[in-house]
Amino acid sequence: MSAQLKPRDNRGWLFVLPVVCTIAFTAIVPLLMVVNFSVQDIFGINRVWVGAEWFIDVLQDRSIRDSFWRNIAFSVQVLAVQIPLGILLGLGMPKKGVMASVSLVLMALPLLIPHNVVGTIWQIFGRGDIGLGGHVLNETLGITYNYAQDGLDAWLTVLVMDTWHWAPLVALLVYAGLQSIPDDYYKAAAIDGARRFAVFRYIELPRLQAVLTIALLLRFMDSFMIYTEPFVLTGGGPGTTTNFLSISLSKIAVGQFDLGRGAAFSLLYFFLIQVFCFVFFQLMKRRQ
Amino acid sequence: MTAPTAIPARRLPAPAMKTRAARAGRRAGMTLYFILLLLPLYWMIAMSLQSNADIVGTFHWFPEELTLENYRTILTDRTWYSGYLNSLQYTTINTALSLLVALPAAYGFSRYSFVGDNHLFFWLLTNRMAPPAVFLLPMFQLYQNVGLFDTPWAVALAHTLFNVPLAVWILEGFMSGVPRSIDETAAIDGFSFPRFFIRIFLPLIKSGVGVAAFFCFMFSWVELLFARTLTSVNAKPIAATMTRTVSAAGMDWGVLTAAGSLTLVPGALVIWFVRRHIARGFALGRV
Amino acid sequence: MAEIALRGITHRYDGEGDAALNNIDLVWENGGAYALLGPSGCGKTTMLNLISGLLTPTQGIVAFDGVDVSGLPPTERNIAQVFQFPVLYESMTVEQNLRFPLRNRGMSKPDAQRRAEEICDLLELSELRRRRSKGLSADAKQLVSLGRALVRTDVAAILFDEPLTVIDPQKKWGLRQALKRVHQELGHTLVYVTHDQTEALTFADEVVVMNAGEVVQKASPDVLFERPAHRFVGTFIGSPGMNFLPASRDGSIVSVADIDLLDVGDAAIPDGDSELVAGIRPEFVTVHPASAPGRLPATVKRRQDLGTIYQLELSVSGERVIAKVAERPALAGSECFVEFDPGHLMLFHGDRAVDGVTPRHRGAGGAAPR
Repeated sequence: MSAQLKPRDNRGWLFVLPVVCTIAFTAIVPLLMVVNFSVQDIFGINRVWVGAEWFIDVLQDRSIRDSFWRNIAFSVQVLAVQIPLGILLGLGMPKKGVMASVSLVLMALPLLIPHNVVGTIWQIFGRGDIGLGGHVLNETLGITYNYAQDGLDAWLTVLVMDTWHWAPLVALLVYAGLQSIPDDYYKAAAIDGARRFAVFRYIELPRLQAVLTIALLLRFMDSFMIYTEPFVLTGGGPGTTTNFLSISLSKIAVGQFDLGRGAAFSLLYFFLIQVFCFVFFQLMKRRQ
Repeated sequence: MTAPTAIPARRLPAPAMKTRAARAGRRAGMTLYFILLLLPLYWMIAMSLQSNADIVGTFHWFPEELTLENYRTILTDRTWYSGYLNSLQYTTINTALSLLVALPAAYGFSRYSFVGDNHLFFWLLTNRMAPPAVFLLPMFQLYQNVGLFDTPWAVALAHTLFNVPLAVWILEGFMSGVPRSIDETAAIDGFSFPRFFIRIFLPLIKSGVGVAAFFCFMFSWVELLFARTLTSVNAKPIAATMTRTVSAAGMDWGVLTAAGSLTLVPGALVIWFVRRHIARGFALGRV
Repeated sequence: MAEIALRGITHRYDGEGDAALNNIDLVWENGGAYALLGPSGCGKTTMLNLISGLLTPTQGIVAFDGVDVSGLPPTERNIAQVFQFPVLYESMTVEQNLRFPLRNRGMSKPDAQRRAEEICDLLELSELRRRRSKGLSADAKQLVSLGRALVRTDVAAILFDEPLTVIDPQKKWGLRQALKRVHQELGHTLVYVTHDQTEALTFADEVVVMNAGEVVQKASPDVLFERPAHRFVGTFIGSPGMNFLPASRDGSIVSVADIDLLDVGDAAIPDGDSELVAGIRPEFVTVHPASAPGRLPATVKRRQDLGTIYQLELSVSGERVIAKVAERPALAGSECFVEFDPGHLMLFHGDRAVDGVTPRHRGAGGAAPR
């Protein structure tokens, strides 16, 4: 929030009441239900109180822990690829002229595609028989590529798909951040004889800190919670190579209808995200 | 201190050449990126213009025989086009709803300091980060219990989970750019609060409202999990309909890709109309 | 040190539309301190950017010491520029900022450090040398920007684009003193763009007054005040500006309100006295209770006691005339007589001053201090 001198007035609560009610209904109520499920064992209409059993069960579950590390690895790779790429793209986009509008629209396009369609696009694109990408890789370049059967291929395809989908977000954030840099800085750098990289390092990068922090936060969080795109593409397979936390959770909770276990998993997952969030916000505040 | 000596300006080969090469390199790089970006989209659209026989037949770089049959199927079959209408319906409801509750909240955060305001703001933002998978099952039961299951209202409400915090955040940023003296002047001039808010304040932040609306639309339109879980027949979004393209004859690639291609249209239109404000939007008025 | 010459410069932004600068011919001599003065939009920033190389002229030549530099970028031109808003590398310390231009040009780090320290001493920034430049006050930041301009040994001219705009009024004086000190010690050619006449007139040896893309007059502050060559200079300079009254000519005698005041002698003025205007600065108008040769009847409309000066607003045959006198004149009622100091009464034909006019009367003297 902005640091303005504001009058201390608890009437402010009236203004935020609608939002609080909405989020209470849409978030708190379901969460309470989850808490309720997580401490019971439910089969049919029978419920048995089991306390923390489900939680222990989930924490000890090998496949869930694998999913967790899978997500960590994925998010780290996502950040390593998408942040630098996004910066390069944001710097490369033209600032004026008709090409500026065209590249803005093209750049933003992947962001507005429904997530399942993104999965479908790449599902088709990557196939060896009917897909352009699959065909080029297998026939033209002679690399054996099959995301449905090879774990590494599947992983890389999800990574490329996610980059295709979300790098534009970073690029647009960087692009917007660059707009706020006054022209005089570039002029002074020209007069000081600074090279292009020095301009980036001493003028642009310091001023992009705010946007890059937001980009980092959003990309880490969203990649950690990724669900639809890999689910459509590989369904979590082959085997468990792309079985991310959200997919794993939905299989347990919805697929197997294992309510108690799913609920405990949910809460732990939720709590983990909140911890990450908190750490990030503290880092952001310290930066300011 | 020695007096600086002037070095007379020499005429050098124009260093503009160096920057010209750099500019060409940048343009080549961006062009390459855009080509790579468009390739999968091209492929899907190309496929949508072919018949299934052609698709699974021999591989072609470009479609040889074009047909609009797939599109005709979608636009004439109610179960298909209703998917789009349903999706548009809950997206619109959600955008309106999110803005409706976010505007006063953003005003409250912007203009007042009250007990617990920082914590509330933080809590709101964490909802943006909540993993949807966690909420699937309880929401499924909850909306069944209140009788909203399989209506656009269910999805619209569910989407407020992440859209309202975002809208509040964006709007608060824009509102804080409006000096409080405007509120005070209006009060002195005798405006009632609703009249002030609608007549005076809103027009001043209309680009912020536009940006918030854009993001609400965007995140609601693309979301799948809630949209599919909370609907079954009546309010089924296009995403769910697309999963039913497997038939006895095999995968109906043509119709599937046509359906997918059509989902690009609302997004592309929205971006085109707000293109001038996109940069401002991503700066969220505060960066 | 360089002599900077602009020859035949016309510049249009985006190749079309009105010219920001219209056929300018100007020479800035070595080592001089110049001000570029004019209202917003007159083209002074454009001219500055043409000199520094941030712009290439659409027409005409920019030359340093006789060499055409029009196509050269700023780095090749041995100039430095200080901008309106302090432009610093905020992640660097003060001395890193000062070393930066030198390191880019290949100077070794110890040499650059020594040079940076010299300049810090000159600008009295030594205490702040190791501080991160981000947290400094606006005037300190501008001093650092100035330091970056001075630190290069190859600098021929330093250009200032309204550098004191964001500085607190109390600090402005200190910065101006620093600039003067720098000029005395180092002797660079300085070109200082401003719309504030006080800054221009106190800073510069010579002031170039601009309006609407053209150079109106280039002269020392004294000359601009006493003998403006153009109506615009009369109006723009001075606070308040020059008074103008319609004049009529009969033969070689020019009169205002039927009082003979000037003799144009042989000065060639085309016919049509609707264009003739007499100009007199408020500082050279005196107010008297009695009539005398060369005095015009006037009515006092308003008086203002401004402390050191007494200002009167008068009506002279329907025209508004402002007078600044040393002390309140002894008048009975509001009818009086004004006298225009003959040594400072000017005649303008159209916008341009007419040379070679002589006064018809010798005045009583007693002009107010400026």
